[in-house]
Amino acid sequence: MTQADWIWKEPKEKLVDWLEQMWTVRWFDEKVDEFFAKGMIHGTTHLCVGQEASAVGVCAMLEGKDKITSTHRGHGHCIAKGADPDRMMAELFGRETGYCKGKGGSMHIADVEKGNLGANGIVGGGIPLAVGAALTSKMRQEGYITVCFFGDGAANEGSFHEAVNLAAIWDLPVIFVCENNQYGMSGPVKDMVKIENIADRASGYGIPGHVVDGNSLPEVMTVMKEAVEYTRNGHGPVLIEAKTYRWKGHSKSDAKKYRTREEEKEWKDKDPIRFFQDALIERGIITQEEAETVKKETKAQIERSVEFAEQSPEPSEDTLLEDVYA
Amino acid sequence: MQSSAVNSSNDKETARSITFAEAVREALSQEMREDQDVFILGEDIGVYGGAFGVTRGMIEEFGPERIRNTPISEAAITGAAIGSALTGMKPVVELQFSDFITIAMDQLANQAAKLRYMYGGKGNVPMVLRTPSGSGTGAAAQHSQSLEAWVAHIPGLKVVQPSTASDAKGLLKAAIADPNPVIFYEHKLLYKTEGHVPEEAYTIPLGQADIKREGTDVTIVATAVMVHKALEAAEKLAEEGINVEVIDPRTLVPLDEQTIVDSVKKTGKVIVVHEAVKRGGYGGEIASMIAESEAFDYLDAPVRRLGALPVPVPYNPTLEKATVPQVDDIMQAARDSVHRR
Ligand SMILES: Cc1ncc(C[n+]2csc(CCOP(=O)(O)OP(=O)(O)O)c2C)c(N)n1
Ligand SMILES: [Mg+2]
Repeated sequence: MTQADWIWKEPKEKLVDWLEQMWTVRWFDEKVDEFFAKGMIHGTTHLCVGQEASAVGVCAMLEGKDKITSTHRGHGHCIAKGADPDRMMAELFGRETGYCKGKGGSMHIADVEKGNLGANGIVGGGIPLAVGAALTSKMRQEGYITVCFFGDGAANEGSFHEAVNLAAIWDLPVIFVCENNQYGMSGPVKDMVKIENIADRASGYGIPGHVVDGNSLPEVMTVMKEAVEYTRNGHGPVLIEAKTYRWKGHSKSDAKKYRTREEEKEWKDKDPIRFFQDALIERGIITQEEAETVKKETKAQIERSVEFAEQSPEPSEDTLLEDVYA
Repeated sequence: MQSSAVNSSNDKETARSITFAEAVREALSQEMREDQDVFILGEDIGVYGGAFGVTRGMIEEFGPERIRNTPISEAAITGAAIGSALTGMKPVVELQFSDFITIAMDQLANQAAKLRYMYGGKGNVPMVLRTPSGSGTGAAAQHSQSLEAWVAHIPGLKVVQPSTASDAKGLLKAAIADPNPVIFYEHKLLYKTEGHVPEEAYTIPLGQADIKREGTDVTIVATAVMVHKALEAAEKLAEEGINVEVIDPRTLVPLDEQTIVDSVKKTGKVIVVHEAVKRGGYGGEIASMIAESEAFDYLDAPVRRLGALPVPVPYNPTLEKATVPQVDDIMQAARDSVHRR
């Protein structure tokens, strides 16, 4: 029995749902990758293939009223917080039916109704916002907590340090989740940070810090469960560092000269989806066939999202000046 | 994007065609070979070669001590550049996107710009901050801005906006040599444009506008990518019998007022066009300068300004284009001026 074994006792529907979510994230980003490679989409994008367990595991432990702030690498967070992939894909196509009416694109998808306060094009830009959302919850006693996703690179922005300290001294209900995928755009975390774990910085702000295997859904969920309980009970913020890896390049064009193909392979061998799926099969929770069905159906769902996006209208030029007050 | 039809006066017989990005790299490399105190710091400028490939290959030549790959910490790297400049080095910061200048702004506006003056003329801050700006790549609201008016407003900062490869090379050399902090904008859409650039090192002094096209009917003062749009508009307007003069100030601070004033005295009509939001944009400064100058008496039409609409840059490509002035808008403004509508 490891600490994470509680998860296998969860109802089958929940376990399958989590598997489905991870596949949905995977297929969504694989599809987007294909479109960018073909030059079918404008702008740039940042894919989270290989990081599905941290997005899904973290959001799985939240309630509907809870909020998140996301990053430029945010498709996974968005799906895990309940977004509709149709409207996400439509946004990437710049269509009127997209989450931002075609005005935001990949880096700015927000799904406020579901508590996703938005992806962010500014590294570290969302961290103080999460603290502010937590402040609202505390001042108005709304009972929700906020999860702030950010990368290892963002942990070197001043905004991180200022915001974590503020949340700490005010005991705000916010959980900082650092998805350490080993690199910024190209900067290796081992060269950019002098300590072993970014979570070790928590002690500098007087809050708890935890390191977790970000490719293990059960481990992520276990550490999150504990953090949610702590934070929801008014003890203040927690910093979690999920160690993971992005399989793809940083963005649209990346020759990946800063890392080796061997390293990539080592991490691909730790595929978070396969890891979880195999465990479900091994424990007799689902059959091989059921697993195949999940994989196929989620893929088909993304194809339908593409159709939805393609059939959606372009925003009218009349909307250009809408939604800005000043 | 085509490079300008009329190239800068610096063309030599030896000039070959290279891209804007290569011209910037060449200026940096030549300066670094010549002066050990020149070094570069910025995000992903090492093996990655920078977000736009400008420093590609430089870490191989100069090593990681002088091509310093930094963490994602704009305030710290800008401030560290300023501090090292104050103490004798000649740092060049590469700020990955000019939108992130907001994060470095305290160090630029309250420190770099003011140190020498506040210290009563003691000390210099010979640093350059190079940064890609502008829209047109689908990068949306936080990666597409043109914020040059912000820095041009601060006494103590020089501001450069080259539009061609050869200008970029000569102006960057001047910027590095300058004892004052210089903000050097590189428009993203210009990086791949080619132009004739002499191989040897040369300087284009800061504060010298360039007449990119001579004309007699209307003056268009344009910056960065708008220089190319203005030239394209000028070609088309020539077919309508309107003879356009295109002036590229090249540096906003210091601004070569005389070249602009002389041109307006000649044509009697002027349009100022930039990609930045029109409201509060630097075009307003240029327009007022003209109105306050001796050119006022020569004006046959109101000074016109073209700039972006007052909205964040949208993602959708059609909306993105509609936000900033296009060739047709420039042509229409020129016709309106010439026909006094
Ligand atoms: C303030 C700021 N600086 C730099 C960038 C350019 N940039 C975008 S993503 C990125 C790397 C971010 O690394 P990390 O926080 O580890 O997130 P990851 O991309 O690995 O998910 C950089 C440098 C930016 N968008 N914003
Ligand atoms: Mg990272």
